[in-house]
Amino acid sequence: MTEREQVKSTSQFHDEEAVSDLKVTNAQTGRTDELLDEIDAVLEKNAAEFVKGFVQKGGQ
Amino acid sequence: MSVKRVMGLENEYGISQPKDSSANPMLLSTLVVDAYANYVYPNQKIKWDYDLENPLRDARGFDASREDADPSLLTDEVAVSNVILTNGARFYVDHAHPEYSTPEVFSPRELLVWDRAGDLIINQAAKIASENTHEIYIHKNNTDNKGVSYGTHENYLVSRSVPFNKIAQVMTTFFVTRQIFTGAGRLGAGVVDVENTFQISQRADFFETLVGLETTMRRPIINTRDEPHADPNLYRRLHVIVGDANLSDVANLLKTGTTSLVLGLLETGHFENFELSLAEPLSELRKVSRDLELNQKLKLTNGKSLTALEIQYQFLEEVSLKQNQNNDLDSDTKEILFWWRKILDLLALDKFHAAEYLDWVAKLKLLEEIRKRDGLDWFDPVLQMLDLQYADLDPKRSIAKLLERNGGLFRLTTDEEVIKAVKNPPSSTRAWLRGQSLLRFGSQVAGASWDSVIFDVAADKPLVRVPTLDPLKGTQSQLEKVFAESTTAAELVTKLSN
Repeated sequence: MTEREQVKSTSQFHDEEAVSDLKVTNAQTGRTDELLDEIDAVLEKNAAEFVKGFVQKGGQ
Repeated sequence: MSVKRVMGLENEYGISQPKDSSANPMLLSTLVVDAYANYVYPNQKIKWDYDLENPLRDARGFDASREDADPSLLTDEVAVSNVILTNGARFYVDHAHPEYSTPEVFSPRELLVWDRAGDLIINQAAKIASENTHEIYIHKNNTDNKGVSYGTHENYLVSRSVPFNKIAQVMTTFFVTRQIFTGAGRLGAGVVDVENTFQISQRADFFETLVGLETTMRRPIINTRDEPHADPNLYRRLHVIVGDANLSDVANLLKTGTTSLVLGLLETGHFENFELSLAEPLSELRKVSRDLELNQKLKLTNGKSLTALEIQYQFLEEVSLKQNQNNDLDSDTKEILFWWRKILDLLALDKFHAAEYLDWVAKLKLLEEIRKRDGLDWFDPVLQMLDLQYADLDPKRSIAKLLERNGGLFRLTTDEEVIKAVKNPPSSTRAWLRGQSLLRFGSQVAGASWDSVIFDVAADKPLVRVPTLDPLKGTQSQLEKVFAESTTAAELVTKLSN
């Protein structure tokens, strides 16, 4: 039994939808370099200036 | 006992205009809210009705004096952009931030959907406002890492029968320890001299007292603002200001779901002998936020020591025990119990198992991966940028949304239901009456608030104020027929008053 399955069996929730959701996520846990490449592509290029310029006024 | 109760969320969003660093944030916030108001209601202004608001009402039983109050507390005196949306929400300028308050809902799942609808609304509003100026950016986070924090507030209607001191005692421990799943993650520690270390919560470092009325300074773990917007003899509103803004569906659902369950337990008279009081809640709030290995012991007033995870398991067991006595659990309650246990179990195994469910773990995992791949120091601006851009709400830039699309962040909602919630109110509370009034007879609605809808039925007649003091009166099942049978606002008002 994998760790993930153990976790599943200890839970008390037996909704069919949630169980099938668990199967979907099992297939998706492998992280690929492609994801990091995708992040590189959208990440602000001028990071230092952007971070420095992000100044907010106080709120609640 | 069910997880269902009247509740709501408020987000103050970060706002900036990167191409013009001199841009005034109040002006930007006004531009954004007004742009959206004009888009939704091109021909009219719908006034927020302040008659019944009392922001100085304190849960401990007295009113603060207006003269002594900090101006930021006088939320009923500021004449700023303020609009009620057809989904029952309020969208307005609060201090120097645009703020979205969800309509009142009756379950954590509805709250998740209408909170996400707010993210779409503010993003659309910024897009429209940016048509005539440099692009305006919106961030769903809680600090600029330069000394300032802005809030995500939760509201829960709680039975007046529970003594406030009991709520404060139990919920302090709960709020300090729930950070392990509600935290949005922050690359930064401290308020002004920010260190480049990662912590679980965006908000933890900004709290200075245990109990109090204020929300912008000397922030308390337990906030005492008490405007129930309901019968004050029956209910109080617990206004929670210690939470983070969540992008993750699971974290967002658990934040309000678990809180509602613990409040439910309090309402049954449980916790009479509460044994989990923390010895030093303020320092333990910071300690838990920095406990990335989830193994630091917190000191209790009874001399024992437990980790935040152990304390959360105890809350879960006590709630579960109560639920086991109940044979017909509703699916909303089952869902919260399922996720609560699952997330605690995953965190107990290895926090990174929870990376696809929790904001702080998802963010930490990404930061670690990019830091290692590129050999970066923790203070590298690229990592700070990643922390910030995680919460950018523009779908082209948002790292959280990118993760969602790639299965790196688990979704509990569908785009369809969230888009529907942008326009439509939840069916389960008086927000349905408010939203439907605007959808059906918008041109004849002069104003509205949580407690009322004001109709302008005819030019030669006075305004008619329909009070909505009970949050559970005005639901779809109660009023669907009345709305279907009304062809004018005058007819609706007549039918409602009968």
